[in-house]
This record gives sequence, structure tokens and C-alpha cells, in this order.
Amino acid sequence: MSAVTATDRNPITAPMQQTPLNAKHRELNAKLVDFAGWEMPLHYGSQIEEHHAVRRAAGMFDVSHMLVVDVRGEAARPYLRRLLANDVAKLTTTGRALYSCMLHEGGGVIDDLIVYFLREEWFRLVVNAGCADKDLAWMEEQREAHAPGLDIIPRRDLAMIAVQGPLAGEKLWAAMPGTRSLTEPLKPFSAVTVGDMFIARTGYTGEDGFEVMLPGRAAPFFWQALLEAGVKPCGLGARDTLRLEAGMNLYGQDMDERVTPFESGLAWTVDLNDPAREFIGRDALLRLPRTRQMVGLILLDKGVLRAHQKVHTAHGEGEITSGGYSPTLDASIALARVPVAVALGDEVGVMVRDRTLRARVVKYPFVRNGKPLI
Amino acid sequence: MNIPTDLRYTKTHEWVRLEADGTVSVGITHHAQDLLGDMVFVENPTVGRQLAQNEECAVVESVKAAADVYAPVAGEVVAVNDAVEAAPESLNKDPYGSWMFRLKPNNPSDLEGLLDAAGYQALVASEGH
Repeated sequence: MSAVTATDRNPITAPMQQTPLNAKHRELNAKLVDFAGWEMPLHYGSQIEEHHAVRRAAGMFDVSHMLVVDVRGEAARPYLRRLLANDVAKLTTTGRALYSCMLHEGGGVIDDLIVYFLREEWFRLVVNAGCADKDLAWMEEQREAHAPGLDIIPRRDLAMIAVQGPLAGEKLWAAMPGTRSLTEPLKPFSAVTVGDMFIARTGYTGEDGFEVMLPGRAAPFFWQALLEAGVKPCGLGARDTLRLEAGMNLYGQDMDERVTPFESGLAWTVDLNDPAREFIGRDALLRLPRTRQMVGLILLDKGVLRAHQKVHTAHGEGEITSGGYSPTLDASIALARVPVAVALGDEVGVMVRDRTLRARVVKYPFVRNGKPLI
Repeated sequence: MNIPTDLRYTKTHEWVRLEADGTVSVGITHHAQDLLGDMVFVENPTVGRQLAQNEECAVVESVKAAADVYAPVAGEVVAVNDAVEAAPESLNKDPYGSWMFRLKPNNPSDLEGLLDAAGYQALVASEGH
């Protein structure tokens, strides 16, 4: 037996970084892997059981490897309106959040992120672990040219725990009763500060839930309280199958600097409403022809769809960007970048080893709030 | 690490059991399923197929990755276990009870060239897992 594909390959020679929850993961016998230079839990026994726990009850993820970046100063709003493809002009209420891509001049995606509005001179970004260094360098470069007085503050002092699932709220309030009055009324994509915790109703699973940013030294106590409230610890493996079912892109896999948001199923995050807003990448997005689109695939034959498999369509070739087994659907699903002429309902061929397997083009997300949509 | 002493092993993490009728059952080791994680797909060779030693003949896929399974000895496929194709998770729950396919070896002496439990234990240790 030999592995022919692997999803966690990351040849890093430097010692791996650890989150404040590393000892907790070891206590729980997590299988730890290198993810973007961080030693992170892949699973704690069974990835599929963790996946179902999030769809049916509540699970928690250590996502402290992601970087919180505070942007503070008078120029914060105009700076971010230029930096991001989505428009932070829409953020006018404290705690409101927006998902956005950060583009380079050519329209390619440097990273995807969530930006929160705390107050007029204070925004908070959460960026991918694997992009954190280049993001900071890019943001600083843009500041030098356009907003020299601005403070860009990486918050490595903060840990982040995502509590996700239909019972996430109930479990969070059982673990931390003092958070209930402020977090229960939270709408999706909004956040509130509770003491030294910043609690957002956001996530990466397609379920209700919260992402909690808090001081690293407090994170193990919070984790333990959630554990005792019955929240199942979940690793990056389940996080990946959950987000794939939820139709959410993974940076570095579904999009990167070589593709635009339009080719990545993210047109809804590009705000072109204000013609005077010259955000970075805008001209390229308007100029470049749109030849490819992102679609969902569901495998009709037996097997497992995987990233980088070739897709044959009546309109030319495409490629799977993320694929795998969907525990909720008990089928294999994928996101694929294909020619724009490919339509929902089309049958396509996917090259799996030496064979062509049949797949159906479908609308995604595949699963939302515990319910199959396919 | 669960490595039964009554089985033979390959360097590619298959286990091999000599049956009373002279055929051999083949599966993947506890270590192999542990590396791969939850299994979701199994594809066995067709009955009647002639296999060379070390030939790729089956595929197992987990939530994480696909892996080839190799013929531990040369021989003819005389049976496949449909139950593991229907329930791939049995490879996780009971790796040594879940044979994948049976071969009639061309040369029964080929078995002697395979690793015993101690040899396989040493191999796993040397791979640093």
C-alpha cells in the first residue's frame, strides 16, 4: 500500500509553530500534522464522527493559527476600501463583518478574509495562516503609499476557537453563561466584545456557530469549559469536509494569485457599485475576459473526487480544485473550475487514475444547516 | 501498534494470511489504516486476474488520500471481499479481520520472502511514524 495523493503535504524544515491549545490537543490524543508551518490537529480519532457532530450537535476547532490583524487609525476605512474587493462602506454598525478577497493589481487573489468593523478608526481582519506573512507585507506596502499614519497590528497574542453546529449556542452559553445576553441576539456575520473575548457569529462549516477570539493564555480554560459542556473537538480534516459541503472556498486550493474572484465563484464578494472606488485589482477584473467558472460536481460512479483531477466537458477541459467524500451525502463531491459554457445538470467526465468517471454539474452549497441541498 | 504474529507483512503495509486451502488472504495493516484515517472507498481486483508480485491491484481511499494496494505474491485472484467494498470503514474497525482479496500463489515459497511481525515492527519503527 502506498499513498498516491495526500492533502497535508507541506515540506517545512523549520520547527512547527504551536498554538496555545497544543497541550490540550495532545491530552486528547489528536493526530497532529504540519499545516502551513503550524502543528495542528488533523483529527482526534475519527474525522467522519467529528464531521457529523458539527452537523448534528456541536464541535469546536482550534483556529488559532489564523492571524488577527487590527487596522487602526483615521485612514482605516479609505485604506480598506482600496485594499479589499468588497466594500467596507457597507460596515457602519459596530461588530458587523464582511467576507472579502484581497487582490493584486492583476485581479488575482492574495488572500480571502473576514473584516470586522469595531469603530470608525478600528477594523479587524482575520487572514489565513499560510498567507499571514505575505498579507502583512502587502498591507504595509500599501500603507506606505496611501495611509502612512495607519497602525497595522498583528495580534499573535490572540487565540481563536470556532464552536460550530446546531447546538453551538446552547453549549457556548452552558460553558460561559455570562456571554449569553450579548451573543444570543447576534445575527450571522456580526460580532460583539464580551470582556476580553471577541465573539463573532461566523464560521466555515455551513452551520450556526461562533468564532471566539481571546487571549492565548485564556484559551485552554475556555476550551476545557466547552469540552465539559459536551462540545466535540474537531480537527482540520473535518473542517475541510464541512467547508466543502458548505461550498466555501479554501485559499491555495480553490483560488490563489493566478485566478480572479470571478473564476472562483466569488463574484458576490466583489463590490462594483461605487464607480469612484478604485480598489486594487478593479481595472483588471473589468478588463479580463471571463472564460472559466466555479461549479459543484457530484460523482455518479463509485470513487472519490480529488483536487487536481481533470474534468472533460462538452465545452473543453476543467479541473477539480477541491474534492472529497461528503459524509452528509454519503457521496463524493467537488468544486471544479470549468469553461463558462458548462451548465447546471450537465454530465461531465472526471479522470480518476486510468479511468473516466461520470459526474453531474450541480449548484453548490451541497449542505446547509444540516440539510442536503442536492 | 497492533501487529499479529501469525501473519506475514509487506514493506508496503499489506498483511498476508496463509489459509488452510493454500490460498492467501490480503488486507492492509493497522498502521496503514491509522496513517490514512477514515476509509470511504475500496476497489478490489477482479476474480480470475493474474497478478505479478508487487503489482498494483487494488485501491483504498480515505477521507484524506487514495492509496494503491500491491500483490504481496504472484498469483491468481480467487476471491474478493464484497463486504469491505460495501463498508470500507471495516478496514478501520478491524483491519486484520477485513481481508480484501484472496490469491492462489504461483509459488507458495514466495511467502517466505515476506516480513514476519518483528520485521514489520522494525520497518514501521524505521519509518518514524
